[in-house]
Amino acid sequence: MSPTLTWVAVLVGAAVVFATKLLGHLVPEHWLARPRVARTAALVTVALLSALVAVQAVAQGRSLVLDARLPALAVAAVALLLHAPFVVVVVLAAVTAAVLRALGMP
Amino acid sequence: MSTTTDRDDVRAAIRQAVSVAAATGLYGVSFGALSVVAGLDLAQTMALSLLMFSGGSQFAFIGVVGSGGTATAAVATAGLLGVRNGLYGPQVAPLLGARGVRRLVAAQLTIDESTAVGTAHPPGPAARAGFWWTGVGVFVLWNLFTLGGALLGDALGDPRRYGLDAAAAAAFLALVWPRFSGRYASLARLVGGAAVLVALATTPVLPAGVPVLLAAAVAILVGLLAPDDGRTDEPPGPGATEAAA
Repeated sequence: MSPTLTWVAVLVGAAVVFATKLLGHLVPEHWLARPRVARTAALVTVALLSALVAVQAVAQGRSLVLDARLPALAVAAVALLLHAPFVVVVVLAAVTAAVLRALGMP
Repeated sequence: MSTTTDRDDVRAAIRQAVSVAAATGLYGVSFGALSVVAGLDLAQTMALSLLMFSGGSQFAFIGVVGSGGTATAAVATAGLLGVRNGLYGPQVAPLLGARGVRRLVAAQLTIDESTAVGTAHPPGPAARAGFWWTGVGVFVLWNLFTLGGALLGDALGDPRRYGLDAAAAAAFLALVWPRFSGRYASLARLVGGAAVLVALATTPVLPAGVPVLLAAAVAILVGLLAPDDGRTDEPPGPGATEAAA
């Protein structure tokens, strides 16, 4: 993506996110109180984040590769099971991948 | 009497706001570093934290850009992840009663954390203090730490050497993790699993960024079609997975 196009995406993306926030402050409360709407929005968040986990962990362009990222993600999952704070989880994953790569793993 | 209680409630709300803001602000470091690693420059990274100001959307945006996705896919993914902020508005707007410019500021500060703290306290001064202190606190610290992270990421060089690509995956995992045990837990697990399968299965055949959006379609289908609560805590049947995929 060219720098100009990235700027356009940044600004349009920010405008979309802000418009969504503002809309929530302007619509009548009962519009969004329907359980299915709230549930669907919650599930969309889950789906996007889960898909991003998968893509960030094993995708490289259009191919799927197994490298140091997957064991690092496993370490992150263990840290989360142990209720580690966000920053600790992220740092542990980075350290794991860095060490594995230093040891020769791709 | 009631004013003393009010003041205590307000103090409790502010205390909570400060600790939430500190914890949340801190992970702005990882956002700043990962954003630069994904190929955005310092100004673009700061524009995201200042203007988009929604952690999930920002991480998603740089995730799509970093994996070579199109601008449209980046905007769409960030926008979809921001949808939940729109659902927070109706919860916090009646607590704040903000008008004019204050309403615009309140809207920009309507995120997971400010909503959580604001609605955790009794309606009135404490709820307002909780929302505003958390919103402003997170905003200031998130942006400061983003700047620090971006400068750090810039200085690091090859991000893979430091495992920063794995850190991005871990950040998304940490963001989604609480949702597998909270409300809609069993549906969330079903949707999460299906989303992973859909994203991975379509990665080889679709442009970057699109597989993630396709996973959102799964969630919309399940969210609108799955039976109501009570039944949703049962383990999902194979039919449901098929329909979702």
